[in-house]
Amino acid sequence: MRQILEIIDLSHNFGGLRAVSDFSLTVGEGELVGVIGPNGAGKTTIFNLITGVFRIAQGRILYQGEDITQWLSNRITAAGIARTFQNIRLFKDLTVLDNVRLGAFSRHRYSLMESLWRSSNFREQEERLTRRAYELLERFQVAHYAGVPARNLPYGEQRRIEIARALISQPRLLLLDEPAAGMNHAEAEELIRLIRELKEEFSLTILLIEHQMRVVLNLCQRVTVLDFGETIASGPPQEIHHHPAVLEAYLGRDI
Amino acid sequence: MATSDKGKSLLICLGAVLLLALSWALPASGFLNPYIVQVLMYVGINMILTMALNLVNGYMGEFSVGHAGFMAIGAYVSSIITVAVLPRELAPWLFPLVLVMGGLAAAAAGLIVAYPSFRTRGDYLAIVTLAFNMIVKSVLENLEILGGPRGYLGMPRLTNLVWVTAWVLITLLILRNLIYSNFGRGIMAIREDEVAANLTSVDTRRVKIIAFLISAFFTGIAGGLFAHVLQFINPRSFSILKSTDMLVMVYLGGVGSLAGSLLGAAIFTVLLEVLRPLGLWRWVLGPLLLVLLMIFRPRGIMGLREWRWLQPVLAFGGGGQGPTAPGPPPA
Repeated sequence: MRQILEIIDLSHNFGGLRAVSDFSLTVGEGELVGVIGPNGAGKTTIFNLITGVFRIAQGRILYQGEDITQWLSNRITAAGIARTFQNIRLFKDLTVLDNVRLGAFSRHRYSLMESLWRSSNFREQEERLTRRAYELLERFQVAHYAGVPARNLPYGEQRRIEIARALISQPRLLLLDEPAAGMNHAEAEELIRLIRELKEEFSLTILLIEHQMRVVLNLCQRVTVLDFGETIASGPPQEIHHHPAVLEAYLGRDI
Repeated sequence: MATSDKGKSLLICLGAVLLLALSWALPASGFLNPYIVQVLMYVGINMILTMALNLVNGYMGEFSVGHAGFMAIGAYVSSIITVAVLPRELAPWLFPLVLVMGGLAAAAAGLIVAYPSFRTRGDYLAIVTLAFNMIVKSVLENLEILGGPRGYLGMPRLTNLVWVTAWVLITLLILRNLIYSNFGRGIMAIREDEVAANLTSVDTRRVKIIAFLISAFFTGIAGGLFAHVLQFINPRSFSILKSTDMLVMVYLGGVGSLAGSLLGAAIFTVLLEVLRPLGLWRWVLGPLLLVLLMIFRPRGIMGLREWRWLQPVLAFGGGGQGPTAPGPPPA
């Protein structure tokens, strides 16, 4: 299996607080890997480091063998790493359609000048992009919202649009940040099914953050468990489930 | 659908031609008196200024408070060209080119402002543009060769209503095509959420700088038009007060809306003229209106909405604004 993402000894501090400590993880092509841990364990920080939101001071990140440690966010995304956010970050005043089309910002092939005089190339590409966006919206059963500002949508739909926005850029690696946050049992089940389908449909490699154990254990092939920035366990879900350090982190110690 | 789209484009073209014809015929026939024509020219110039500023403050969500500085550069550069460089008889023919030179000079100044301001995230732009406005004004006041505080004069009256109308239409068309494109969506994404914009692969720094340059360019064009109406400019015309007027027009008409820019400029300009008898007190109006607007109607009359006819036929739901319910494109 080819490695698509290699994280090597990644550390990050906020002031004096060590948010991530010597974190290493390898994700192979086509894998579905989970990172779990209690709130504040440093999971989202890892995503922010991978996608260039925070500058990396210690450690290295390789994407398809290339060192992307110092790349800017937009370049990382354009290279094929797309992500969603724990607290949904849609462009709230823009329409659902524009939100999705923005996901493909780096995929357009016309110049600024061409858009000013509306060349035929511009028209073709805009049409193709829009059609693609509609296909995705239909895939997620939200096409009827296309012209509605994103802020007016229910929570669950907003989540799906965020995924659509990530997928339109044709990513190879998809980072999902707590996709089941705020969902009840039935909704989470539905989400698990959806993620499995998407992985096949779009031949994705997925790295997933969760703190709901159930979701990760059902979905992932490999799991890494974080607590206070430290990796406390890693392996297949069945093992992790019974790992004493994991139980302690989640449930506390027996007295 | 295709035929109605063509029909709409045709109708808009006809409207533009009609507008140009009227702006030639009405003053020429003496139907409008020169004072009204003068006010209409100011309305048009202010429309260009407002649309240009709206691109930065409304669509992109940054906050420039010193756009009068760019207007000054456009005004002075174009005036110097028509007064000192071009032979008198050539000037009327080359007037559009002169204006473009003024616009380019303003855009060059825009680059100097934008480059350091957009290097980091945050609200540096307001402070930098404020300083820029003051620097431009005091430099002009101290350049004796340009008349210093007394101002610069001797420009032929090259601006007429036709030119103003034409430039309003050009600005409108270019900004509309810009906004309803990939680039325009990037601009609006920056307003909505800069981090998320970066993570949807928008090169926010580049987009911000280019948008700012385009805004400065059209502000410079408006400055050139202004100088050749008045035939006399002095540094005081381009003080912070002028920048404030532009802000008022943007926030009155509505952020993120070209229709709003047109409305805001028209209403504010006419209002100032009507209130002329108030003398000095009418200068209180601008800042007061700005404060009231920010409190009670921060998005203005047309905030984030657009007239249907201003949206391109191929918008497919447009630049993300307004209640347009788009259908999927024909397969």
